[in-house]
Amino acid sequence: MVEKTKVSKMGGRQIPLHRDPKVRAVAFQAAAVLFFVWSLWTIGSNTVANMEQRGIVLGLSWLDKLAPFQVGFSPFLDNVLGENTYWRIFFIGVQNTIYVSVFGIIAATLLGFVIGVMRLSPNWLVAKIASAYVEIFRNIPLLLWFFFWYFIVFLPILPGVRESISFADAVFINKSGLYLPRPVTENIGAAVVFLLICTATIAGVVYLTRWAGKRQDRTGEQFPVLPTSLAILILVPIAGFYASDSPYSLEYAQLGAFQLSGGINLTTEFFVVWFALTTYTAAFIGENVRGGILAVSHGQTEAARSLGLHHGQNIKLVIIPQAMRVIIPPTISQYLNLTKNSTLAIAIAYEEIASIWMGISLNTTGQALIIIAMTVGVFWTLSFLTSALLNWYNKRVQLTER
Amino acid sequence: MSEFTPIPAREPPASSVGVVGWLRTHLFSSWFNGALTVLILWSLLLIVPPSLQWLLGDASWSGGRSDDCKTDFVSPEDGETYRVDAPGACWTFTKVRFMQIMFGLYFAANPSEVWRPVLMFSLFGGLITPLLIPKFRWKWQLGMFTLLVFPFIAVALVHGEWLGLPVAETNEWGGFMLTFFLAAGGIVLALPIGVVMALGRRSELPIIRSLCVFYIELWRAAPLITILFMASNLLPLFFPSGVDFDKVVRALIAITMFQSAYTAEAIRGGLQAIPKGQDEAASALGMGYWRKTGFITLPQAMKISIPGIVNTFIELFKDTTLVGIIGLHDFLGSAQIAARSPEWKGYDFEAYVYVALIFFMCCFAMSKYSQHLERKLDTGHKER
Repeated sequence: MVEKTKVSKMGGRQIPLHRDPKVRAVAFQAAAVLFFVWSLWTIGSNTVANMEQRGIVLGLSWLDKLAPFQVGFSPFLDNVLGENTYWRIFFIGVQNTIYVSVFGIIAATLLGFVIGVMRLSPNWLVAKIASAYVEIFRNIPLLLWFFFWYFIVFLPILPGVRESISFADAVFINKSGLYLPRPVTENIGAAVVFLLICTATIAGVVYLTRWAGKRQDRTGEQFPVLPTSLAILILVPIAGFYASDSPYSLEYAQLGAFQLSGGINLTTEFFVVWFALTTYTAAFIGENVRGGILAVSHGQTEAARSLGLHHGQNIKLVIIPQAMRVIIPPTISQYLNLTKNSTLAIAIAYEEIASIWMGISLNTTGQALIIIAMTVGVFWTLSFLTSALLNWYNKRVQLTER
Repeated sequence: MSEFTPIPAREPPASSVGVVGWLRTHLFSSWFNGALTVLILWSLLLIVPPSLQWLLGDASWSGGRSDDCKTDFVSPEDGETYRVDAPGACWTFTKVRFMQIMFGLYFAANPSEVWRPVLMFSLFGGLITPLLIPKFRWKWQLGMFTLLVFPFIAVALVHGEWLGLPVAETNEWGGFMLTFFLAAGGIVLALPIGVVMALGRRSELPIIRSLCVFYIELWRAAPLITILFMASNLLPLFFPSGVDFDKVVRALIAITMFQSAYTAEAIRGGLQAIPKGQDEAASALGMGYWRKTGFITLPQAMKISIPGIVNTFIELFKDTTLVGIIGLHDFLGSAQIAARSPEWKGYDFEAYVYVALIFFMCCFAMSKYSQHLERKLDTGHKER
């Protein structure tokens, strides 16, 4: 205390206002806020003036109007020409984005793991092939891959509608995509019973796996989990299907004049988007997997060996659980990248949010501001969810570490 | 007493050294690996020679018309002779349309002006090469010149108005040159914004920090296509009527915004890697925030974030192809248009292969350079 007063008196003067850190902090932040508000206000007032001048009414009522076009691909939501409001078009777009992303994420994870493990293979040729794969896919733009797979590979090799490749008249492949039989039901009650049986089966298998793990921890006895659960997963639903009076029948695709109708149609565009996203993202995930496995120190393998674990057990119980901690965070960001990259589908007209919402709907309504804001909002939500997931995972991993 | 001499070690068995040993450990270490090796070699044999034959051996290089890529074919049915596509690649196409694919429509239509982009690229090459030489002395000065002065020279040369040359309007720019302008312009403009945002995100002032986080996450969360759509549809709304940008400038603004967020994150990574002691030592010497940042932390952080910035630049360079979707004729777009012209219809495979090869060479070289830098800069300073 004494020291302090002495010092301030020794100078004989106060700190000048512009040197006081507190004053400076407040001034800087106030300036930043003022600048931010000013830019928002300028942009806002310009936008309002410009929209008035162009005769665009700012509002949401147009979202309830009917859209004058139909979406070709919608796996879940109803989609009938002349009955789709713009709201529905938006949700179909979101649905299609998520649909292709989910399939892409699953396939890219599997392929990425294969590539990552191949890069570490003791076989020189296998490792080189995998690294060639990674370099080729990473260094060529994704849009070029889209064009290449669509215009050069898949459209030319797929046959026309008349020459469809068919398997037992149930599955068809032609230029407009893959046709699968659709399960349809007339007996809703029986269908619900059947779905309940399926859910219960899955729950039962999960319980069995946990029980077997606990028993092994307690007694050391092993239970053949894999064959048992496979048998349960296959046999119980089949038995349930007949027990609940066969609620589903299959609707096959029929060859019409110009196209096949009925059944489930996975369009060529869907397939190409899925294929291009998968092969491209797998290269990045492969690098994550390789990095994660390399990050586990060799001492872990040596320790596992000296405990008597064999090679498979070492990989499964020692290397993979530790590598996962390194692999998963960057891989989750890759999942987000894949979802964002699915907007490139606009180039080959797969009907996801960028192409039917930001493309077609924007052209038919001219409501650029709201349409783009909604599109960005979708991706904000997705990326917020992703970072929440990442934070949750990082916290969980840290807890198990201590 | 005779001195102890160990018997010289025996030579290792011939099967574990040399070519045979290498083959045994790397290709045939077990029956499974052996089978895999044979399988891969067999499929490579099926794929590689025919591809090379198509790419080089059977390819047509000469001539100037699409007929030079065709060959006579005598139909076994009616005995008539038809002109059909030759079995190899048609590089005559990329040769004839080279100017369009590289420099866009204006310079393809005015061959006498092609020296301008060529000179621009040569100047760029001349500026970049000494920067890659580790022992070059004036690196810092030259780097600043490339960042601050060269962009104006490049625009002056290609656009031509400032130098009194015939004007090449930006909407006639295209090809590899446009891709280069968008990617390089994007990174040059994004760097200062990125530095400011990275410093802001590390700031102790809560409002500044949250504004910077908002800015960075705003652009990072949205796909580039939505930002390009924003620029082409919303930008005219945001400015007073009368202020209008052409398409290229709009795309450049979008790319700059997008890239500045990624650059900011790369620089933030660099700032985080600087040990806290550096900052504390500077404080102990009585330096204020700006001097600490300008003389101590930022120079070190910029140096270690170069690999990260190069990596984001590679992504940007590939992503510039997306401007094709908002109607610009970039490298990929120009090649596609050239392959859809009436004369060269049907040669899109050649166009894609050509564009892919050039993208691959550029990106591969840059990623190798960034890996090299990363190893060189890894002096053990980073917190692990």
